[in-house]
Amino acid sequence: MSTTAIAGPAATAETGPTPSKKRALPYRTISWTVPVLLLLGWELLARAGVIAPNVLPAPSSVGTTAWHLTETGELPRHLWESLKRAAVGLFIGAGVGLVLGILTGFSKLFEAIIDRNIQIVRAIPFLAILPLVMVWFGVGESGRYFLVALGTLFPIYLNTVLGIRQVDPKLLEMGRVAGLSKLDIVRVVILPGALPSILLGLRLALTNAWLALVIAETVGAPAGIGFMATNAREFLQTDVIVLVIVLYALIGLTTDLIARGLERRLLAWHPNYAPSGGRK
Amino acid sequence: MSTVLAEKITRRYGERTVLHELDLAIERGEFVALLGKSGCGKTTLLRALAGLDPVDGGSLSVPQRRTVVFQEHRLLPWWKVWRNVAIGLPRATARAKAQSALEEVGLANHADAWPVTLSGGEAQRVALARALVREPELLLLDEPFAALDALTRIKMHGLVRDLTSRHRPAVLLVTHDVDESILLADRVLTMRDGRIAAVHEVSATARERGSASFAALRGTLLGELGVSEA
Repeated sequence: MSTTAIAGPAATAETGPTPSKKRALPYRTISWTVPVLLLLGWELLARAGVIAPNVLPAPSSVGTTAWHLTETGELPRHLWESLKRAAVGLFIGAGVGLVLGILTGFSKLFEAIIDRNIQIVRAIPFLAILPLVMVWFGVGESGRYFLVALGTLFPIYLNTVLGIRQVDPKLLEMGRVAGLSKLDIVRVVILPGALPSILLGLRLALTNAWLALVIAETVGAPAGIGFMATNAREFLQTDVIVLVIVLYALIGLTTDLIARGLERRLLAWHPNYAPSGGRK
Repeated sequence: MSTVLAEKITRRYGERTVLHELDLAIERGEFVALLGKSGCGKTTLLRALAGLDPVDGGSLSVPQRRTVVFQEHRLLPWWKVWRNVAIGLPRATARAKAQSALEEVGLANHADAWPVTLSGGEAQRVALARALVREPELLLLDEPFAALDALTRIKMHGLVRDLTSRHRPAVLLVTHDVDESILLADRVLTMRDGRIAAVHEVSATARERGSASFAALRGTLLGELGVSEA
């Protein structure tokens, strides 16, 4: 008798989750509908004259500005300049951070020599040294590269060291038992094991790279989208300023997408990143 | 000559002597099980034979081709199953060798799976394939079934007995499980205070669960381990 009493509710509980799965469908649509509605509201209010154009221009007028500036070739030129800066700075910063991180991760001596210095320098918000960078490099390109590189170095360095430290020592032992050379153990066991952490460092570095670029370009740059914004401020071209802000957002989104794509590709083995989890 | 020959090997950790002038010989094709309480030095002995830890004294001779199956499968999660099996093999024949080793453990169709998708028993079978593919002269098993459920463990016992009788390496199995040691081994050793305390040859009849000699040997071994059954 008691068995039936227990079996009843348990059976209903098991069929419970199935119908709720159907109800979960429109969330994605809703999540996209809301920003579109906000954008529409903004457009309507601007057209109705509720929002003054010099405070916040209508999305359509920002779009028109973007089209004009693209036609004249001004926007592509500035955009290219900015992307180049970010890429060069990131390449230098990430490269140095990765090499230093690997050295620190593997060598106690190197850690003793370098790690504390990096931790001390890291305590300074990297944007705080902007005046010093300007004194050192003047208003030339190298100062901007330096600032971006500085912003990207630390997240890559820290996460590389952390990733190497977190590799399971049991796997290292297995590598030795399998007769791998020291170099092979690094290549086959340690670096792939550290990769999730290194890629996380890269994503953090990308955020910092754009932050560094915004600051570097608003201070005395002769070109770049940051320069566009500063220039537009002088002439109260609010539409151009909004356009630059939107561009920064788009670039940030794109780089994040690329970084995530990289994670999905390189970490296909990892249960947290795999496109379809569970047993095949 | 014996495949494994240890003479008066000693291992100390600080003040504590873990292996105390221990002697051990294992012949080719011989399956030896090593029982002992936690901390008696049996894992230290296995690690010394594996070349993972050094010995402080005595002489130890082990074959070049030796391999270990650990309690955890220790598969690289970023490599597909077959590459894990073929780890450290020359590239040209790696895939074919891995495939045939996987066939032997009954996982041929999992060659291209990621290790995370395997069950505990399957992962341990892959670890076994990884050990066999090296054609070891000495196979060291460090409680390889301890983390498996009872049913999977029984299946694994059969598989291991099968594979070792076919490939005939010298085998040293470190275990806590008295029944397991009797079922698998030709010779069961018990260890105490860093030495081999007792040696028991296992007869064919003793290997039959429920036989009188099985129960007798089981009782003796438990007694040596300081466990008395009511």
